[in-house]
Amino acid sequence: MKRLFALAIGLLLAQVLAAGMAAAQADGIQPVLQAHKDTITKSSRKTIGPAIDAIAASGVVQAKDVLEAWVAKDMWLRKSDGLFFRGEKVEGKTYRLFDFDSGGAVGVFPKSELKQLKPNSGVRALIATALVRFQLNAADAGKRHDALTSIARDPDAAHLEPLRASIAGEPDAELKATKERLERLLTIRFDADEAARLAAIGAMSGDLGVDVRAALNPLVVTTRNAAKELPEGANIAAQLSPGQDGFSRQDSYALLVAVGLALAPPTAGEIRNALNDNISGGRVGGVPVAQLSDPDARLVAYDALAASGLVLARIRDQQIDDILAAHVFFDLYADPSPTVTKAASQALDEISLKVGLNQTLDLTLDALSLASIYFLAAIGLAITFGVMGVINMAHGEFIMMGAYTGYVVQQVIPDHTVSIIVAIPLAFAVTFAAGVAMERLVIRWLYARPLETLLATFGISIALQQLAKNIFGTQARPLTAPGWLDGAWVLNDVVSISYIRIAIFVLALIFLTLFLYIMKRTRLGLETRAVTQNPKMAASMGINPDKVNMLTFGLGSGIAGIAGVAIGLFAKVTSELGSDYIVQSFMTVVVGGVGNIWGTLAGAAMIGFLQKGIEWMNPSNTLAAQTYMIVFIIIFIQFRPRGIIALKGRAAGD
Amino acid sequence: MNRSFVAKNPSVLIFLACLAVFTLVVTILSEGFGIGVVSTSFVKTLGKTLCLCLIAVAMDLIWGFVGILSLGHFAFFGLGGYMIGMWLMYERTRLIVVESLSQSDIPPTAAEVTDAIGNQIFGVVGASEFPLIWVFADSLVLQLALVVLVPGLLALVFGWLAFRSRVTGVYLSILTQAMTLALALYLFQNDSGLRGNNGLSGLQNLPGVTASQDQVSLWFLWASAAALGAGYVLAAWLVWGKFGSVIRGIRDNEARVRFLGYSVESYKLAVFTLTACIAAIAGALYYPQAGIINPAEVAPIASIYLAVWVAIGGRGRLYGAVIGAAFVSLLSTWFTGGQAPDIPLGFYTIKWVDWWLVLLGVSFVLVTLFAPKGIGGLFDLITARRSPDRHGADLGPDDGALREQEAGR
Repeated sequence: MKRLFALAIGLLLAQVLAAGMAAAQADGIQPVLQAHKDTITKSSRKTIGPAIDAIAASGVVQAKDVLEAWVAKDMWLRKSDGLFFRGEKVEGKTYRLFDFDSGGAVGVFPKSELKQLKPNSGVRALIATALVRFQLNAADAGKRHDALTSIARDPDAAHLEPLRASIAGEPDAELKATKERLERLLTIRFDADEAARLAAIGAMSGDLGVDVRAALNPLVVTTRNAAKELPEGANIAAQLSPGQDGFSRQDSYALLVAVGLALAPPTAGEIRNALNDNISGGRVGGVPVAQLSDPDARLVAYDALAASGLVLARIRDQQIDDILAAHVFFDLYADPSPTVTKAASQALDEISLKVGLNQTLDLTLDALSLASIYFLAAIGLAITFGVMGVINMAHGEFIMMGAYTGYVVQQVIPDHTVSIIVAIPLAFAVTFAAGVAMERLVIRWLYARPLETLLATFGISIALQQLAKNIFGTQARPLTAPGWLDGAWVLNDVVSISYIRIAIFVLALIFLTLFLYIMKRTRLGLETRAVTQNPKMAASMGINPDKVNMLTFGLGSGIAGIAGVAIGLFAKVTSELGSDYIVQSFMTVVVGGVGNIWGTLAGAAMIGFLQKGIEWMNPSNTLAAQTYMIVFIIIFIQFRPRGIIALKGRAAGD
Repeated sequence: MNRSFVAKNPSVLIFLACLAVFTLVVTILSEGFGIGVVSTSFVKTLGKTLCLCLIAVAMDLIWGFVGILSLGHFAFFGLGGYMIGMWLMYERTRLIVVESLSQSDIPPTAAEVTDAIGNQIFGVVGASEFPLIWVFADSLVLQLALVVLVPGLLALVFGWLAFRSRVTGVYLSILTQAMTLALALYLFQNDSGLRGNNGLSGLQNLPGVTASQDQVSLWFLWASAAALGAGYVLAAWLVWGKFGSVIRGIRDNEARVRFLGYSVESYKLAVFTLTACIAAIAGALYYPQAGIINPAEVAPIASIYLAVWVAIGGRGRLYGAVIGAAFVSLLSTWFTGGQAPDIPLGFYTIKWVDWWLVLLGVSFVLVTLFAPKGIGGLFDLITARRSPDRHGADLGPDDGALREQEAGR
């Protein structure tokens, strides 16, 4: 019946087309419109098809204008003679009409003499589809691009032919490639010709695009089904036998129930309700109600009810076995062609291997960027804790101070690029000053007392945190990255990394170089190393240990401030910003090995990669990843108490 | 021997007497059994404070006497709370479920009851099955045993690993902090089996007890006072004898004690595990009074506050720890509760809710710098205990060794 209907429509269409073509040569688009006047004026989604096709296929240049005017509700019918025009509102309730064929103005008419054509959304969608073929061949490359994007977003079988037809005439090489790619994707999904689909699948295999996988995946999706016997000619992926390969007897019976080939066994709840409904005289099926807390007694009672015909009988194991044996179970492909599904699954295998490789690369990039964040947060500690041996629990609050400095600078200087350039040295200055003040006032009295230092700096930490809360409030403050850091570097659909993360990686590298330069090449670095190794000897060499300690601590704190600006760019600036990083930072330094910048680097890399690795194994749960990472670190420290890179000999201190 | 213990530690008797008087006075003033001057919620606050004093005693034992600055003892405190909370929640839910199921005509099966309890408890995290760790939750005795066993075992394993590989000083502090952070993060997960960040709630309702909260709060106050008294005596007894001398030696100069032939690791491990158990008992008494426990309670910050209490009270003396914990936590409740009067400065009004932590932080720094004896040092003025004159040298070379200023002769 359906086929017959389609045939009729097709015949009708052919006639109309022929007529339309002939008319078009002579008189333009108006006769075509007149030929379909009734369907156009009483448009509904079901009947409008032939009219739109006739207009689109008329070959008249103005067809596109008509469709555009129609979809935009700008097409009007003049009641006096029944001709169609494009209308523009002049003023009040009068409209100026334009002839479609000549394009010239016909005159101004009051609304009462006109009828506006208002296609509903279903009709508009059909018109839009018809318009796509014009857009695909539009003179403006931007319009062609838009048309391709809209097809890719919402692919439809009707787009395939116009798309194919437009490829040959495409002048732009890039757009042509896009068109060819889209044509292949549409072919895979909608083409009736099996050979063409196979060719398209072959051409697309190994492509990493998400759209390719979106086109291929539906082909290999299977649905589990059951029947008395295997259906003829169906594209069956696999036949299943109950009780094997993870396909349990319960599953198979449930499947039979779902497809309506078997009766559902009563659930525990249904049994309970059935018993509840049939209580008579304190007994159900001869069993006293008080005994029904025992599941076996319930079954006895239910069977008694079933025997007297009050409820449906339970299905016994033996019955289930018989029913299962009488049916076959199989996985069915959605696509009817076995060669296509085979080719698709092969192509998908090939793609998934490539995707896997690229995901590894992506994960590596992620881990690198996480490692550089940890490194940034820890590098200040590497100086104060690693080199000087001072536990600074307020280190996290220095990071926070840096981030807030960045925020305040952005309030004063609205240009984001300039404000970041100002904020970085300013954050260094602020935290340097804070660090020096703290060293002078508190830490220098406690140099020989690391545990007391820990506690005293913790006191400073809670005071600073609360102070920040009092000044800036508890809500998160934005520190916006400059525009050129927005977006991401996209290698393909799998591998991408945001520019901020790249910037942080670069910043971490700069800091590493800076640290190495200061420690190995400057006077301050030399004196710092001397003072930390042997303060008394250094003092007798004419170095002022007080001054060196002060400057070194200030340096470490200042770097924490800059790290704060960087971290603030991708995390929200809150008073808890620092405490989120403090334990991880200490971990980084301790795991890497105290007193060695390379150790800190190795520690950051290890923690970064480890965390990303664990997250990859259990992607839904970053909390678990952190938990397991900390447990791993605790165990790691048992075996290398002095870190990955341990100082040896005298430099180790004790 | 017992007599000489008491004779040598008159402070124990004084402490017990003070505790008894305190408990008696609170009972007389309470709403439950007395004249109703002290509100029930304040009785609960006092009971909780006693529990905090008990964990402070444990902290003083491990930090003030063995020199290990543990920043993870609230992990054990929280675990103890979770263990008792599991039973409280299970049993209370069971009573409610059985009550509601008995409304229907057919008596419920055991499986139906269990399913309903599971649904009630784990509905908030989208589960209904009982995780494996709840296997003993139906038994009070077993769950009470777990209060001590689970934290004790964790402390034993962690301590054995840490002490065996000679992790000391600051590293050990950071490691213990990492341990409690890991535990907190683990508990925050919804599939940890302990209701994720919802925690366990409704713990103030004792299953099967019909007495009002006025009375229950007093029961817990008495239990907390008894536990504190027992813990205090145990700690005092431990640090009094030869055992005490050895652990003090470890605090001041670990290497020398090791050379004398003592198994330093075993001593450390024993005290670490014991204090973990004391902390767990304190937690098991604390959370039924607080009514709710969630993973934020075991966050690292809590354990650091514990160190703050002991430091402000004066480490290395047990009554100092108790005074510090009671003083700071009660003061903290007073300030953050909005009861402290604001100070108008004309251009700015100091609201203590906002500024209390700043005050605490600064005063903590000042205590560390200028009054290492803490509040406990005030008692030296009465007893005329004088600091040693070691010409600026501390008692020992180790990180945990007492400073010259905080030591007594």
